[in-house]
Amino acid sequence: MDDLGFFRELFTGLNRGLLMSIMLIIPSALGGLVIGITAGALRAFGNAAVVRIGDGYAALFRGTPLVVQLFVLYFGLPNVGIYLSPYWAAVTAFVLCSGAYQSEYVRGALLSIKRNQYLGAQALGFTRLQTIFWVIIPQAMRRALPGCGNEIIYLIKYSSLAYIVTFMELTGEGKTIATEYFRFTEVFLVIGFYYLILVSVAKIILRKTEKALEVPGFGSA
Amino acid sequence: MSRSEPILKVENITKSFGTAHILKGVDLELPKGGIKILIGPSGGGKSTLLQCLNCLVTPDSGTIWFNGSVVDIQKSKELYAFRQQVGMIFQDFNLFDHLTALDNIIIALCKVKKKNKQQAKERAMVELEQVGLSDKGHLYPAELSGGQKQRVAIARALAMDPKVLLLDEPTSALDPELVGEVVAVIRSLAQKGMTMIMATHQISLIRNLADEILFMKDGLIAEQGTPRELLGAGVCTLSQGFCDKLNEITGEEI
Amino acid sequence: MFESLTVIKDALPYLLKGSFATGGIVLGAMLIGLTLGVLMACGMVYGRRWVRWVVGFYIWFFQGVPVLVLLFLFYFGLFNYLGFNFTAFTSVTIVLGMTTAAYQANIFRGAILSLPIGQFKAANALGMSNVQAIIHIVLPQVLRISIPAWSNEFSIILKDSALAFVIGAPEIMARTQFVASRTYQHLPLYITAGLIYFVLTWSGVKGLRALENKVRIPGYSHQGK
Ligand SMILES: Nc1ncnc2c1ncn2[C@@H]1O[C@H](COP(=O)(O)OP(=O)(O)OP(=O)(O)O)[C@@H](O)[C@H]1O
Ligand SMILES: [Mg+2]
Repeated sequence: MDDLGFFRELFTGLNRGLLMSIMLIIPSALGGLVIGITAGALRAFGNAAVVRIGDGYAALFRGTPLVVQLFVLYFGLPNVGIYLSPYWAAVTAFVLCSGAYQSEYVRGALLSIKRNQYLGAQALGFTRLQTIFWVIIPQAMRRALPGCGNEIIYLIKYSSLAYIVTFMELTGEGKTIATEYFRFTEVFLVIGFYYLILVSVAKIILRKTEKALEVPGFGSA
Repeated sequence: MSRSEPILKVENITKSFGTAHILKGVDLELPKGGIKILIGPSGGGKSTLLQCLNCLVTPDSGTIWFNGSVVDIQKSKELYAFRQQVGMIFQDFNLFDHLTALDNIIIALCKVKKKNKQQAKERAMVELEQVGLSDKGHLYPAELSGGQKQRVAIARALAMDPKVLLLDEPTSALDPELVGEVVAVIRSLAQKGMTMIMATHQISLIRNLADEILFMKDGLIAEQGTPRELLGAGVCTLSQGFCDKLNEITGEEI
Repeated sequence: MFESLTVIKDALPYLLKGSFATGGIVLGAMLIGLTLGVLMACGMVYGRRWVRWVVGFYIWFFQGVPVLVLLFLFYFGLFNYLGFNFTAFTSVTIVLGMTTAAYQANIFRGAILSLPIGQFKAANALGMSNVQAIIHIVLPQVLRISIPAWSNEFSIILKDSALAFVIGAPEIMARTQFVASRTYQHLPLYITAGLIYFVLTWSGVKGLRALENKVRIPGYSHQGK
């Protein structure tokens, strides 16, 4: 009757890990959005040099594996005297990587807004700032939302990589228990369902948000 | 029977989509070499009927005879063989967008009739020639005009040696100046004795080509007769009224 | 500084050899994904209710669980449990293949639905069976339309393949880690690995774009939209 002990330990561990995962995901998602919106706006509207730098940043982080970025930050930086804790290494990597992907969607959304929208606002006497706030952002936000939301879902799943730099989140806690009891199938199925729930909840929130912001005929064109 | 055995005959075809009864028991006989023309208001079920004839839309009930024997549409082999002998021309052409005009014709010859590539190609060239497009074989559908597309579609159907041709408004999607070239091809088919059933709003076709006009309304054949009976001077029929309306729109003379 | 350059110079051939393993994993996974993805897409569009249900569950599962967890689940768990004795390399290939299949299925499904239904009807009207219509008419168009999305999938799988080292498949990342653990030159080595992936990703994407142009057919830029 070792089963009871096993499951008790499993769920205690996983719940602890879940909390840690969430503590990774939320700041990373927010940070990623901030970076993504900033970089996306700069890439869409900046001068040539700024666009270059922004494009380079996005290409670099989208062109290399997240795990490599994580290793550079966690194992690499100590070579030059910078020591990050596993948590901060993970959050930094997630923010930078997710920001690069987010900037793609933000940039695309901003560029997709037609010139006549600017003209229309100007004709009404909007200032530049007013145009951006009341015309451009509300439209771009709706355009970018599906892509950005998808990126957050990826982030939820890739938060599991923090385990590789020894941060004990969901996957890490599970791996420890699985190794201890040598019961990989059950443990990883259960972990899988933890992530499925996280992802499904995120998807529901995302869909609700999209619904709430829906404007007839907008976005289909 | 004095007339020849009908090549295609259907009895009591019904079809509903959900609660909407689109066909409410249609009977039809098509003698060899005959040309029947379906007219009637939009939504009357003409397209649905035509597609039931070769079971692109599966009828809810009814029987189909082809060449004197019942087609068992439950047997897919028999159904596919039946469809090979019944050509179909669609309003919006339905050419395969990833294939050139020539390959559109070749593909069915190769894959369905199992001809070898060379034979298929020769046959396809002949059919393209017939519709006056022998120099357009290498073009993709996106590079053809509407009239050319429809002529390729006709060539594609004819290459299969169909015994019957079903045409669903073959000229409706065309710009007015392109209608003529397709009408000419259809006329020449009629002259060669092709058996056809066609839905159309093209007055010239209705008047000059039809052996019999079928007026469809609300899922039933409401009127049936020769052009003279239905459209002759002084008659007062549904068809007459309908064609008058078409005339007002197109300005075409009966 | 100088020391790290020497380390990189010495390690580079060894790291680059890992590209073969990485390439093998990616190629294998993409092929598995393509086959399974096409089958599942057809199942979703043309299949009976239970088929759609099974495919839907598969996609929900593989899109919702992190690759790392899937790797552990299959390599340490299910494959053993089912009596398969796969190497790390094979396991990674299969797991990544099954993951990308879930995404590819959705890509192909969208492409199938974007085709005008009339072409299927025309194929039927010419006497083609449904299977013939799918093979000769639907798929050639669907695969063309899907290349851009497919190229995206390729770059995701290439990057995910770097996770293979956690179960010890001898690809680029595993080799980098090995050299780093001996030389302690983590920073330059991981940057080098990053650059190798960077070059692989972007050349792959370029290559697929060239393929897209090569199989382009007039009118398709409109259709893809
Ligand atoms: N697949 C379908 N599902 C549901 N309803 C359908 C379907 N196909 C046709 N209908 C309906 O059946 C009715 C008859 O359509 P059909 O296309 O046969 O008419 P039609 O006489 O050909 O009209 P038109 O002259 O406009 O081509 C229409 O009301 C249409 O909405
Ligand atoms: Mg119709």
